[in-house]
Amino acid sequence: MSKAIEIYGPLLLVSEVSGALYDELVEVELKNGDIRSGKVLEIKDDKALIQIFEGTEGLDLKTIKTRFTGKGLELGVSKDLLGRIFSGLGKPIDNAPDIIPEKKVDINGSSINPFSRNYPNDFIQTGISTIDGLNTLTRGQKLPIFSGSGLPHSRLAAQIARQAKVKGGGSDFAVVFGAMGITFEDAEFFIRKFRETGAIENAVLFINLASDPAIERIATPRAALTAAEYMAFDLNMHVLVILTDMTNYCESLREVSAARKEVPGRRGYPGYLYTDLATIYERAGRIKGKDGSITLIPILSMPDDDKTHPIPDLTGYITEGQIILDRALERKNIYPPIDPLPSLSRLRDKAIGKGKTREDHPNVANQLFASYARGREVRELMVILGEAALSDIDKKYLKFADEFEDKFIRQDEMEDRSIEDTLNLSWELLKILPKDELKRIKPEFIDKYYEA
Amino acid sequence: MIKKVAGPLVIANIPDCKKGDLVKVGKLRLVGEVIEIRGDLASIQVYEETSGLKVGDPVQNTGMPLSVELGPGLLSTMFDGIQRPLVELEKASGVFIARGVEVPSLNRTKKWTFKPVKNKGDEVSVGDIIGEVEETSLIVHKIMIPHGISGKIEEIKSGSFTIEETIAKISGQEITMLQKWPVRKSRSLKQKESVSIPLTTGQRIIDTMFPLAKGGSACVPGPFGAGKTVIQHQLAKWADADIIVFVGCGERGNEMTDVLQEFPELKDPRTGKPLLERTILIANTSNMPIAAREASVYTGAAIAEYFRDMGYSVALMADSTSRWAEALREMSGRLEEMPGEEGYPAYLSSRLADFYERSGYGKCLGTPEREGSLTIIGSVSPPGGDFSEPVVQNTLRVTKVFWGLDYALAHKRHFPAINWLQSYSLYVENLSKYFKENIGEDFPAIREEALRLLAKEAELEEIVRLVGMESLSQKEQLILFVCKIIREDFLYQSAFDPIDQFSSLKKQYNILSLIMILHKKSLEILDFGVEVKDIQKIDTISRISKLKLTKEEEIPQEAESIRQDMKNKMENLIGRANNE
Repeated sequence: MSKAIEIYGPLLLVSEVSGALYDELVEVELKNGDIRSGKVLEIKDDKALIQIFEGTEGLDLKTIKTRFTGKGLELGVSKDLLGRIFSGLGKPIDNAPDIIPEKKVDINGSSINPFSRNYPNDFIQTGISTIDGLNTLTRGQKLPIFSGSGLPHSRLAAQIARQAKVKGGGSDFAVVFGAMGITFEDAEFFIRKFRETGAIENAVLFINLASDPAIERIATPRAALTAAEYMAFDLNMHVLVILTDMTNYCESLREVSAARKEVPGRRGYPGYLYTDLATIYERAGRIKGKDGSITLIPILSMPDDDKTHPIPDLTGYITEGQIILDRALERKNIYPPIDPLPSLSRLRDKAIGKGKTREDHPNVANQLFASYARGREVRELMVILGEAALSDIDKKYLKFADEFEDKFIRQDEMEDRSIEDTLNLSWELLKILPKDELKRIKPEFIDKYYEA
Repeated sequence: MIKKVAGPLVIANIPDCKKGDLVKVGKLRLVGEVIEIRGDLASIQVYEETSGLKVGDPVQNTGMPLSVELGPGLLSTMFDGIQRPLVELEKASGVFIARGVEVPSLNRTKKWTFKPVKNKGDEVSVGDIIGEVEETSLIVHKIMIPHGISGKIEEIKSGSFTIEETIAKISGQEITMLQKWPVRKSRSLKQKESVSIPLTTGQRIIDTMFPLAKGGSACVPGPFGAGKTVIQHQLAKWADADIIVFVGCGERGNEMTDVLQEFPELKDPRTGKPLLERTILIANTSNMPIAAREASVYTGAAIAEYFRDMGYSVALMADSTSRWAEALREMSGRLEEMPGEEGYPAYLSSRLADFYERSGYGKCLGTPEREGSLTIIGSVSPPGGDFSEPVVQNTLRVTKVFWGLDYALAHKRHFPAINWLQSYSLYVENLSKYFKENIGEDFPAIREEALRLLAKEAELEEIVRLVGMESLSQKEQLILFVCKIIREDFLYQSAFDPIDQFSSLKKQYNILSLIMILHKKSLEILDFGVEVKDIQKIDTISRISKLKLTKEEEIPQEAESIRQDMKNKMENLIGRANNE
């Protein structure tokens, strides 16, 4: 019989253990009959170090009973997941009965063989110009939203979930929502939005609130993605996974790492943060021979809007681009405040153009970027030198930048623009500039669309 | 017997093991390598996920070091970090990679047509080519005498064989087409020589401004989104090496898929054959086990050196070495070693130096006499885009070319986002003879002139920002105008446009020399009272912009026509200025 010998931070050390498996699920029974779950982090001789998901508050060394289950943390999956709400550990919290699982799956998943992947190149229309036109989302992509406190990332994510569609339709669509350490209000906002549009019937929610145990958050994105994998690759659905807020997830990881006294990497985050995040983000994708797909939109708040902070930094190195929300645009009261210049979708070029969106799309996107960047430069110049110092062409760029922000970036939360609308609007704006400034656009498209 | 498990590190009791021994861990027989020995206890880094291991599980020592298999069948294949072919893994365990799967690295049943080039009775020693196999339509695989064997050929066969069948007997020893080589050991050249031939890549800013030599090494650091991977892919596609080894080290799975799906479609601009036929892919994506990431760059290097030994020019791309360094850091942390800078182990710099020194140009071992080269291009992903961090700094100490990717350029969608003020190539001297003889006598001179103007532009922009354009002289305004053309019409290059993505050296020379002529002639006519704004109105200039989208074969004629046209227009301007 194992014996608890130390409790510190979220960790429990037990000795006189025999046959504990690395990474297995442990159940800890308290004196009052409560059961908490944990995971084996390290085994050495007869000792096992266990991370307790629900926290170690109230545990003692004498009366608790630990039981090693011989398997990893699992999620029971079946079609009935849809429409349900679970805790961060995958237990139902919507007062409905437990689901009868078709199978049980280890939430850690396994890595997809890169050879078996299918390249994501189906355009998803989100109805948001700055995304569709400039930083296109594709089926099977992982595209995070880098936000900051007070910025409307939740509204944006809900709008994407509501409006996202693929040209030509196709298989069933589902949303998996994983909340880690967000407030009750934020969670309620999503649930309400899903309810309003009826999307809740095709959604699975995993909710760990700010008041719930912090260590549980480490399991939440994995449980959510396990559900997503089942729906995408067993049920052939197109699944959109929204994970918010990854910053809270990383904080929990740091807490465990600090408790284990590991050598820290940057800003106290563990050295394996990159690898750990990759095991979450890389679960998005498409697989050869399967119809379904997992498109992943993690949301993270950048501490102090700093993109070089380890969490956004490492995320950006793994994901296929990023959508960056900008405080200056927000202050101008522009929704959605997506700054197109630092935002990026790496998969854009293979998902747009002739046969996918429209022939002129790639050129137009590049031109909008270049012209808006130039317009912003002119605006900065004007701050120093005054408007009188601007040349005529500078003034046109300035006008372009202003109109671009006001008409292209700005749109209503309920406004669902088709890609054609977005491109037509782009030409409308590009007409502010003289023809020979449009160096990134092929002459034939200028003839066809600029003149029109 | 296992004593401790902590992530990828397992400590076990293995009597009589050597450092570097390959071991099989647990009941699943996970692949691991002994990295430290203390008494009877060995620290093992395990190349697969360790969940489910327990104290007391068995560990079996193979007594062999971690090795790669070398022989026909390497090309067009995608391997994981420890050289398991991913297509075989899929057959064995489906779309998700299972653990403990044992598949041979090279196909054991496929027959290859072996053509001997030596005869019975010939004396042979290490590195001598005894026969050939046409592995793909692009590459002839040379079968060389493995290390440790020499003597007289007693028998040599001709015909179809698998890689395990005997093709020759030398002094009583049977030779097959399959060789094994320990990954961490460098294969030596007979003699290293200094580099003198450029590795052309079709990328204008690289080939003209910061060229890389065959046998050289380069470092591409940049923050995320600056285009490291796009550059690595462009090089893998268009570099004029015979063999490309692409190591995707801790990067995105979709990027490897992209390469696999795109390369068979792409044709080598020189031979017209599918590019995949000269390519070997090593994929250890970011979610695959971290220890195998550490091994993946060595697996790539050993395979690359093997092809170099056949007399080929080989280019190895490692994307990204930062992930490899992080794998080192993680293992070092688990071993509870004293950390150096930013938690990286103190031996980071010597490991990096070892790796990049595997590049080189020179005479290969054995006969016939031949020269091979291995070029290494490593990308680095510095946290926060900060180049002062240890991996970038230690890499720069050993590489000779630095293509610094710049966030501000990427921001403006100027690609490739290589910063022309920061980047450098130390091969310019070595290569200038080649450029003069093969491309143009004045090629090095116009390159230098263009870089000088660009540096001047940066200074002038500073002034414009403070006091406005009006304060500049006509000559200075001309520099700004010409530099804009250099940037937009020469340095800017689309990786997605079918024509623009590859520019031959000749084409690069033609475009840049036209721009430099424009500058020179304009300077002359400024003295006649012509103003920059008049020059800007010359419509010929827009024809220069279109050159990059013009087909290679039309370039010489078009360039000549532009040259003439420009001359005429400028003379007109002088005429008009004189009349006023």
